[in-house]
Parts: sequence; structure tokens; C-alpha cells
Amino acid sequence: MHIVVPIKQVPDTARVKLDPVTGTMIRSEADAVMNPLDLYAVETALRLKEQYGGWITVLSMGPKSAARSIKEDLAMGCDEGILLSDKAFAGSDTWATSYTLSTVIRQSLSFDLIIAGERATDGDTGQVGPGIAAWLDIPVATYVSRILSFDGNRIEVARLTEDGYERLSVPLPSVLTVVKEIAVPRLPTLRGILKARSLEIAVRGKADYPFQDEYLGLQGSPTRVVKIETPLISRKGAVVTIKTEEDLSQAAEEFVRFLSQKGLI
Amino acid sequence: MEPGENEVWTLAEQREGKLKPISYELLAWGRSLADKLNVPLASLVIGNGISQDALESLIHGGADRVYSIQHPLLTHFICESYARVLQHLIQEHHPAVLLGGATTTGRTLLPYVAIKVHTGLTADCTGLDIEPGTGNLLQTRPAIGGNILATIKTPNHRPQMATIRPRSKQPLCPDPSRAGVIESIIVQEEWLDNRVQFLGRDPLGEEGDGLEGSDIVVSGGKGLRKGENFSLIRGLAQELRAAVGASREAVDRGWISYPHQVGLSGKTIAPKLYIAIGISGSIQHLAGIKSSEQIAAVNLDPNAPIFQVADFGIVGDLFQVVPRIRDRIRKYRLEKQKEDPAYGCT
Ligand SMILES: Cc1cc2nc3c(=O)[nH]c(=O)nc-3n(C[C@H](O)[C@H](O)[C@H](O)COP(=O)(O)OP(=O)(O)OC[C@H]3O[C@@H](n4cnc5c(N)ncnc54)[C@H](O)[C@@H]3O)c2cc1C
Ligand SMILES: Nc1ncnc2c1ncn2[C@@H]1O[C@H](COP(=O)(O)O)[C@@H](O)[C@H]1O
Repeated sequence: MHIVVPIKQVPDTARVKLDPVTGTMIRSEADAVMNPLDLYAVETALRLKEQYGGWITVLSMGPKSAARSIKEDLAMGCDEGILLSDKAFAGSDTWATSYTLSTVIRQSLSFDLIIAGERATDGDTGQVGPGIAAWLDIPVATYVSRILSFDGNRIEVARLTEDGYERLSVPLPSVLTVVKEIAVPRLPTLRGILKARSLEIAVRGKADYPFQDEYLGLQGSPTRVVKIETPLISRKGAVVTIKTEEDLSQAAEEFVRFLSQKGLI
Repeated sequence: MEPGENEVWTLAEQREGKLKPISYELLAWGRSLADKLNVPLASLVIGNGISQDALESLIHGGADRVYSIQHPLLTHFICESYARVLQHLIQEHHPAVLLGGATTTGRTLLPYVAIKVHTGLTADCTGLDIEPGTGNLLQTRPAIGGNILATIKTPNHRPQMATIRPRSKQPLCPDPSRAGVIESIIVQEEWLDNRVQFLGRDPLGEEGDGLEGSDIVVSGGKGLRKGENFSLIRGLAQELRAAVGASREAVDRGWISYPHQVGLSGKTIAPKLYIAIGISGSIQHLAGIKSSEQIAAVNLDPNAPIFQVADFGIVGDLFQVVPRIRDRIRKYRLEKQKEDPAYGCT
């Protein structure tokens, strides 16, 4: 079985700090890391491979530095990495991103399953997984929280929706996007790290695939960002500090008043 | 103009034949856009066994036209079939705008359709407007964990598509005197894609369901120290008729299940009141609650970042504070009930 895992490199939101005075984001500390939600996709692929055998290709479109994220996945046990890096891809929205990724998958990879993250923590759209499925005209199951069974031709999954878990039977080839609940990602082993070091990551560009140029990058993207604002999130409401038993009664009293004023009880 | 041409469309959402609240919230957004553009507003319902009353409720909720697309094989949401239905209707009618919910359904279906009809899609919008002059849809959404707000346009492709965050707008007051047309679409065999089979649905159990739909959410974090102490959170939630949420620290420790997780890698919610108890207010947690109308917090540490976003904060030990406020709320309810026996009966 050949599994393709598309992964994205994103700013490290864990290291983003808020300015305590202005309530705005201090960006300089943000470093680039692999989209944390993609770890669950990698882990799902590794578990399927362990159980049923196969080969895992990690595919990422992004700057040259994204090779570091791909190496991490190789260290976890993935077999091969491809990095799509080209000025022509810059400024892609989810339409152009899924076009680019699906063209590479269709052209150069025989695949049975594509497993993507639920969403990338920077753009936070979750659109690329279903987008790839649409380009390849194959089924998609999103928000997958459990693999129930697999018989070589069909995979049964549970997807987490607002109203509970939906069970679906999905034929291969298909796209799954997975949520955190699916598995706890493993840490790379020392052996994995050493192996990853020796593996070459193929860096490819526009010239390596039969792209339609007008579908690539900013030019190929139907959406345009026209304004960016940094909202102030500071509200600075009333704060009651409890030091004595009296304060405690007072706090309860004021809280109930707050609730009733706002029509919440 | 052909019927449907340049219309604003909203995608109603149903589960087992019942329409979900997002259907009416989308109509409230759609109504203001359609009025600005001076075009009709239509709502599309895909499913099976949806009653005439339910279809009419969409007209009462703001639609001028309802497209009813019903078939036994459309009973459950199957992305590929629903997408073909939409693709077909879009290509026939050329709407200007198509809005869906930023739900597990909308966030699956609309990206699939956007590729098929070659147009842009903006995810998880919290604001929509029409650009004066061009009539383009202005779509505003939080990004990078809620740290920025981006406004996005789809200038050259139609329809302009967006998914809208649930509870980002109040539905209109239903107006039974509103007139509109219900149009039944005959489902063509070739729209039905039988590759994926729906096997069944298992409910979430606990209070995990309803987290997104609840007016009040009470959440617990690492400050609770152990799983059993979640009973404090549950008790307060019960008193307030609220849903129960949690920080990632609480979920990772196995104190409560993942569907309760609020934040960047959990759920994004926008209740009328969010109460964070023993939660520090990390940027990832705040990403999930920033659109709440009111935020209250209980924390020992006066410098916890949660107080920066709180409308009401209590600096104190949650083990003292939570039982106390719970008792006080119960007392308040009893007093109210004495004054007015009908109080709280819903
Ligand atoms: C990529 C990524 C995604 C993430 N996604 C999420 C997410 O979706 N949701 C999420 O919540 N987190 C998320 N996190 C984790 C986040 O960074 C924090 O680690 C987490 O939110 C902290 O949870 P907490 O507030 O419960 O714990 P802590 O930060 O440890 O805070 C516990 C608080 O309890 C207070 N406390 C202790 N004892 C008491 C007491 N007796 N009475 C009152 N207060 C007390 C303390 O003062 C402290 O402020 C994510 C992190 C990353 C890197
Ligand atoms: N540039 C990219 N390269 C590879 N995979 C991507 C890229 N962007 C998004 N993805 C995949 O699509 C998922 C959803 O991303 P998004 O739609 O951007 O929220 C991610 O979790 C990745 O699996």
C-alpha cells in the first residue's frame, strides 16, 4: 500500500507571545515548525503501514526550510520525502495548493491513500484535503477519529461530527483527514534520526511536472487577501481578588449579579 | 435574468430530516447581503424526508426561494453526491454567492465543490459585507490562531463561496407572513455517487454534544489537579444549564474526552458566556473562545493571561470559589422561583 501524507510547515504558534500592554501578537519569536496537526496524519500512516505493509511518501509545498519538517517525518518512519519549492508556487491559496499537490500525486505517485491533517494551524482552513480529493475525483472522509477496519479495497472509518461519530465505508484510493483523537504521535527513534539523515529529500519545482501555469501560485488563486488587522483581544473586565472569607461571599454575590445583568440566569 | 442568476444562496444543514440552527443563521447573513445587492436570497436543502413545514420555515427565516433536493440516497451527508448536486445547480443557475456553515459538513463539502466549479472559498468567516461599487463579497476571518483578522475577496470567480462560523449571527425572527417559492429539484441518477457507504451514527455521550450550540460553556483546566475534580465543573455547568469544556492539558491527562477540548486544536466556540476555571489562557486556548460574548475566569494567579480577556475575573482558589458560586446561583434561582413560579421553566 502506498500512502501519501501532505504536510505543511507553519509558524510555531506555541512560541507566539502576546504583548501584555497592547494585547497584540509579538511575531519575532515565532519559528517555523511542522503543522502540529499533521503529526496525527503521519502517525496514522505509520500505523497502517505497520499493520498492512507499504510505503509512505511525505509531500510538502513550501520554502526550502520545510525540508527540516520532512526529515522529522522520515525519522518517525516515513520512507520518502518530496519538497515542492519554487517561486512560481508562492502566494497559493487552498485552490492553487490543492491543484499543485494533486498534480504531483497524479503524475508521479501511484497511491492508495492520501492522509492529510485536519487543518493547518496558520491558515486554519482544512480545505486542502477535500480539495485534493476533488482534483483527483476520489472520495474523501474528513475529521476521521478512528480506523475501524481495512480489507485492502475498502477502509471503514469513524468521523467526529457535531452530533457524534459517523461510520463510513470508503473505497481506495481516497483521501482521509484525521483529528487528534486518532492516535498519539510517536517520537522519532535514534535509529530513525540516523536513517533520516542519510535519506535524500527530492526538491522539485515547476519544471518537473506538467502544470498549467495559470493555475499556480498567486496568479492561480481565486481569493485575494485585501486587509489584515491585528485585533486587540484585551477586555479588562472587573476582577475580584479573594483573600478572606468575606471576599469569597462578595465574589459569589458579584458573579451572580454579573450573570443576571447579562441575562444569563 | 434567469431564475437563480446572481442570487445569494445559503446551504441549509439537516440531520435526519431536521434543520440545524446554522441554516437560519446563514439566512440572516444572506438576507443582509441580498438586500445590499438587491437580488433574491435562496436556501438549498439537500436530504430526505424534510417536511413542508421545515421548508417553509426557511422562507419565514428570510429566504425568497427554497431549492428542495430530496432523495433516499441523499439522506446522509455523503460528500461526493452532495457535491455533484451543488455543482450541477451552480452550473445551471450561476449564483453570485454561496454560503455554508463552518461545520464538519460545510468544511468538507464546500472545498470539494469550490475545486469542481473553479472558484475561491474562504473558511470560517465571522464577518461578511458587500464592497460598495464592485458588489464583491468581503469575507472576514480570524487566522493564525485568532491573532489576526484577514479580509478576503474573490474578485474574478463566481460564485463567491464562504463557510461561516456557527453562532456568528443571530437568526432573524421567524416571520410567518413572508412569502416565497419552494422549488423541488428532480434528482438525476448521475448525481448520486455510491462509492462511499454510510454505515451509521454513534452519539457522543456525556455533555460533549452541544458544546458548539450551548449558550454557556464551563471549562476546566490543569488547575483542577485530577480527573475526579471535574465533578466541580460538571456541577456548576448543571446549575447553569451549560455544556462542559476543557483545556488541552485536561484532555491530554485523560480527565475528559477530546470532543470537549476547546482551542486551536479542539473546538472553536462562541457562547454567550464562557467560564474558564483553572485555565491559564494560553494563546492556543484563547483561539477557541475569542468570539464569546462574555468571558469569566477563576484562577489563583492574578497574572494568568486569561484575565486579559475576561469580563469578570475571580482571583482565588477554584476549590473554594466554584462550590460557593454554585450555591449562590442555586439560592438565586430558588428566590426567583418563589417570586415567580414560572421562572426557569423552559
Ligand atoms: C499546536 C498547539 C495546539 C494547542 N491547542 C490547544 C487547544 O486546542 N486547547 C488548549 O486548551 N490548549 C492547546 N494547546 C496547549 C496550550 O499551549 C496550553 O498548554 C494549555 O492550554 C494549558 O492548559 P491549562 O490552562 O489547563 O494549564 P496551565 O497553563 O498549566 O494552567 C493551569 C492554571 O490553573 C491555575 N490554577 C492552579 N491551581 C488552581 C486553583 N486551585 N484554583 C484556581 N486556579 C488554579 C494556574 O494558576 C494556571 O493558570 C496547544 C498547544 C500547541 C503547541
Ligand atoms: N503547502 C502544503 N503542502 C503540503 N500539504 C499541505 C499544504 N497545505 C496544506 N496541506 C495539507 O492540508 C491540510 C489542511 O491544510 P489547510 O487546508 O491549509 O488548513 C494540512 O494539514 C496538510 O496535510
